[in-house]
Amino acid sequence: MAELIGKDFTPPDIRAKVTGAAKYAEDFRRDGMLFCRLLTSPMPHARVLSVDASQALEMPGVVGILLPEDVPEQPGAANNILTYEPHFVGEPILAVAATSETIAQDAIENIRLELEPLEFCTDPLESLRPDGPNARSDGNTVVPREGVREIKWTANDFEDAAEGRLPMGQPGAEWSYGNIEDGFAESAVVVEEDFVTASTSHHSMEPRTAMAYWENGKCYLHASSQSQSLPLPGAAAYIGIEPEDLVFIAEYCGGGFGSKGGAYPIMSIPAHMSRKVGRPVLMRISRAEEYFLGSARAGFQGHLKMGFREDGRLLAVDLYIVQENGPNQGFGDMGSAASAVTITYTPLSMRYRGISVLTNTPPRGAQRGPGQNQMHTAIEPLLDKAARELGVDPLDLRKINAPTQESRYGGNQGPITSAYLREALELGAEQFDWEARRARSGDRNGPKVTGVGVGQAFHSAGSSGFDGLLRISPDGRLHIHTGVGNLGTYSYASTSRVAAEVLGYNWDNCEIHRGDSSRGLPWNNGQYGSNTSFTMTRTNYAAGMDALGKLKDIAALELGGTSDDYDIANEEVFNRRNPSRRLTYAKAATLAIELGGRHSGNELPEDINPMTRRAAEQLAGTGLIGVARDNIEQTGMVPALAAGFIEIQLDIETGAVEIVDYLGVADCGVVLHPQSLANQVRGGAVMGFGMAASERHVYDPRWGLPGSVGLHQAKPPSYLDVPSEMDWAAVELEDPNNPVGVKGIGEPLMGCAAAALLCAISDALGGHYFNRIPVVADMIINAAGGQPQSYRPLQVNTQ
Amino acid sequence: MKDMMAGFELHQPADLETALDLLNRYGEDAWRLAGGYDSLDWLKNRSRGASAVIDLEGLEELKGIRETADGLEIGAMTTLTEIENSSIVQQRFGLLAEAASQVASPQIRNAGTIGGNLAQDTRCWYYRYGVNCYRAGGNSCYAAAPEAMNREHAIFGASRCVAVTPSDCAPAVVALDAEIVIQSRRGERIVQANDFFMQPSVDIRRMTVLEPEELLTAIRLPNEWSGASFYFEKVADRNVWDFPLVNVAASFRMEGSTVEEARIVCGAVQCIPRRIEEAERLVRGQLRSEQVAESAGVAAVEGAEPLNYNHFKVPLMENLVKRAVRGV
Repeated sequence: MAELIGKDFTPPDIRAKVTGAAKYAEDFRRDGMLFCRLLTSPMPHARVLSVDASQALEMPGVVGILLPEDVPEQPGAANNILTYEPHFVGEPILAVAATSETIAQDAIENIRLELEPLEFCTDPLESLRPDGPNARSDGNTVVPREGVREIKWTANDFEDAAEGRLPMGQPGAEWSYGNIEDGFAESAVVVEEDFVTASTSHHSMEPRTAMAYWENGKCYLHASSQSQSLPLPGAAAYIGIEPEDLVFIAEYCGGGFGSKGGAYPIMSIPAHMSRKVGRPVLMRISRAEEYFLGSARAGFQGHLKMGFREDGRLLAVDLYIVQENGPNQGFGDMGSAASAVTITYTPLSMRYRGISVLTNTPPRGAQRGPGQNQMHTAIEPLLDKAARELGVDPLDLRKINAPTQESRYGGNQGPITSAYLREALELGAEQFDWEARRARSGDRNGPKVTGVGVGQAFHSAGSSGFDGLLRISPDGRLHIHTGVGNLGTYSYASTSRVAAEVLGYNWDNCEIHRGDSSRGLPWNNGQYGSNTSFTMTRTNYAAGMDALGKLKDIAALELGGTSDDYDIANEEVFNRRNPSRRLTYAKAATLAIELGGRHSGNELPEDINPMTRRAAEQLAGTGLIGVARDNIEQTGMVPALAAGFIEIQLDIETGAVEIVDYLGVADCGVVLHPQSLANQVRGGAVMGFGMAASERHVYDPRWGLPGSVGLHQAKPPSYLDVPSEMDWAAVELEDPNNPVGVKGIGEPLMGCAAAALLCAISDALGGHYFNRIPVVADMIINAAGGQPQSYRPLQVNTQ
Repeated sequence: MKDMMAGFELHQPADLETALDLLNRYGEDAWRLAGGYDSLDWLKNRSRGASAVIDLEGLEELKGIRETADGLEIGAMTTLTEIENSSIVQQRFGLLAEAASQVASPQIRNAGTIGGNLAQDTRCWYYRYGVNCYRAGGNSCYAAAPEAMNREHAIFGASRCVAVTPSDCAPAVVALDAEIVIQSRRGERIVQANDFFMQPSVDIRRMTVLEPEELLTAIRLPNEWSGASFYFEKVADRNVWDFPLVNVAASFRMEGSTVEEARIVCGAVQCIPRRIEEAERLVRGQLRSEQVAESAGVAAVEGAEPLNYNHFKVPLMENLVKRAVRGV
């Protein structure tokens, strides 16, 4: 093996991207197409008492209006399509379709809304007070598996907390293992801090535009999506049709970072409008609207206590997280955060408590390392504080507590597949010359101080049970059908190469089919959660092995002997004992069609998903079909682990931080596609630097208005804020649960960079722990000048 | 927040006279379009009606850098990139080249003009969001409220409004004692840069003295400050497409190692570029020593009145003035 794996190649969609030929959702046009615009809530929480659209509907060019009663109501606290009770500024109330976008917006301005303002909340702790405001009429928290509830903490809970410290009342979720009391009692050093991590918007470069039309009973939806097959049933449900009646087209995606992983409600608006007015409809979402509709990472207000033995071993962790969840269902960041602690730092005992509190700010959703990365930004600088008190090098403290293959994961302490974080730390230390750089820590050059940091991060990175589907056509070419999606990482392509590898194909003779559900695509997991590399190498391996078996079967039937007598080389199947008895793949494909049955996809495995079945039926009889469910054994959670190393210069007079050097090291098993991994390391680092030190999420608490609507207000890092060169390395130790040894890696590459930068900033300031992210210039200036910070402890949405 | 442009009439005059005629005709309804980056946001937000957009791109007489007997004249439609790269500006008035090079991003500087940069509106996020504040014609200031998020706002000169000047070039032209050339159908008038910017206590609805029918046509940099010792520094959250938290522009005319004359100006601390005459007085006739720098820094922030979230601007401004005097 390994003709294709671990080699750079040019993914087939790159040329279209760099030349501008790639068509995203908003680039499509249909005859008679209308444009629709949304009327969104100007208030953080309100009830619409009346809508008067009479004037708007009389305007020339205005064709139709879509109201909440025209679309399916969403259950519980699920995100709405349209609503008469908006829960955040920017939530869509209705849509208008017109012959031009300008006319649609003009019409929106002529609609009279009567709104009743309702109580709202932008700070979870305020909502937990006995008389605090609720973000929703039906409660203020989302309890896992239960839904929206009202939980109020008692006055005593608040009084018990010291001034400015996190109160810790009734949680909505909790677990523990081991005995933390004993752990803390046996600890030589105990560190304890509150922390705040800011919510951050996703800033997807492509706003979530959608275009839809109906033809012969089917709905055609061009959507902005990270994933291909997985969102289809959800999108169909939002539209109110069966999955087989939806053609879902998402060939290119301009970034999602978790916010476009599954179906989302507003992608159905043009489909509903199109059905109502009988014409194709394009709904372009603007940059500003994307800040309301594009979701955000949940923010944390937390408390963290860690106890260490004299030798640095972490004995006990006590963690409490109050999660700012937006007004709706949100995402399970806080639980993932707690689980990340168990595997990255392997405490011998731990207690976790958390509560997810609703606020009238944009809905929260998964964002690259949801929960894990917030956790790492809070815990890693605190590890450094402990290291200082223990007199242990920060790198050594991390190595002492790094996971082994026997380490366990989560509250239930389940098994894992492989973990090589210690090896990543060692590799990184050597490549970064940690000792020499560490010696420079604290060096002064005028107002500039050198800071050095190391950070770590984790994300679970793989799943199983999805399907692989491929076809060898009578011309001998290999057609790999993939339904994973095209977030922009090119992993749809690198994982498809595993099928080619199994069959010994020259890559030039392979073609990937994707991007449009009418092309016969299998049921695959979404392109999120760093899972694609692990999950899709397994499905493509399974389909490849199925096809390999069929090639040998066909050869045995045609040329005699048993299939075990046959092997493959150069796109031919041959008899090992008599190599002159051979079939080209082209011939085998032709024979597969003649033989029919399972060889040509006319008989299909029982255990494949109905979507894969429909796709395979579409291909049946056109060649040799490889189709299989991934039934390869998975014995545990798949950890993706990463370590980041950084050197900075911090100017104590201006608060400016310059990143001098960065190195990211991945524990991702075997490297599938080196160029792509390098880009993940660098891209993840840039996003991590933003999370740590620049990205803002500001809400005015008096009016509930957003102050970070737009790239220049939200401030993700730009190309001149990061070094032009950043280094990468990979441990390259195989994961035993993957047939080619691969694991995912995308998410922790962000968290380790964020954590490393925060550790370096603290290092430059002599170990100052900021208790919040992002650490921006004003905080550094205040800390360096010994003046108090402007915000209250635990205050949120300030930066 | 509309984020969707409304229709408007587009005028593309080919000469200054026609442009001034159009401004005279449309008055308050006219929108002057220079580089267009700030205009784009305003037009998309629909919070200001602009029924007649007057595109200044065709006015060749407003472009370019010319030497005159008295100094340098820079047309208002000269791009920031051109100023940043101009060898004569670099050699004689390096302060302005440096300030221009710090504006927004390289791409924006390719289109953005010196006139647009000086005349740009404030970035107060409440005002930009579209609330009905004093500056927008209403009767309150959202940014000065007790709970308001006002990290970027004023520490000096608040008068109902606490917005600040966002320009990087504005403090530089004040520190160079530039003249601003303004034309209208009535003729030409010259305003000292120091007097070009509008205090909210005088007129809360605009950032400059420009009347609706007037056009900023040129900036004149006097020989008096040619080749002086300059210092410019901008502190912002990002290195690209960001506005200053505080910036400083300073000119020092030296005699040997002694400061003969100085102009020290900070941006983003007040609605207008804040000239710090007390600091200038302290450095005049002195060496640019650490001690002098310290005293200038302290003098610079005398009387500062921070809001709830911008206390940091006081030490930041002090440090920047100190660095300007130190020259390092």
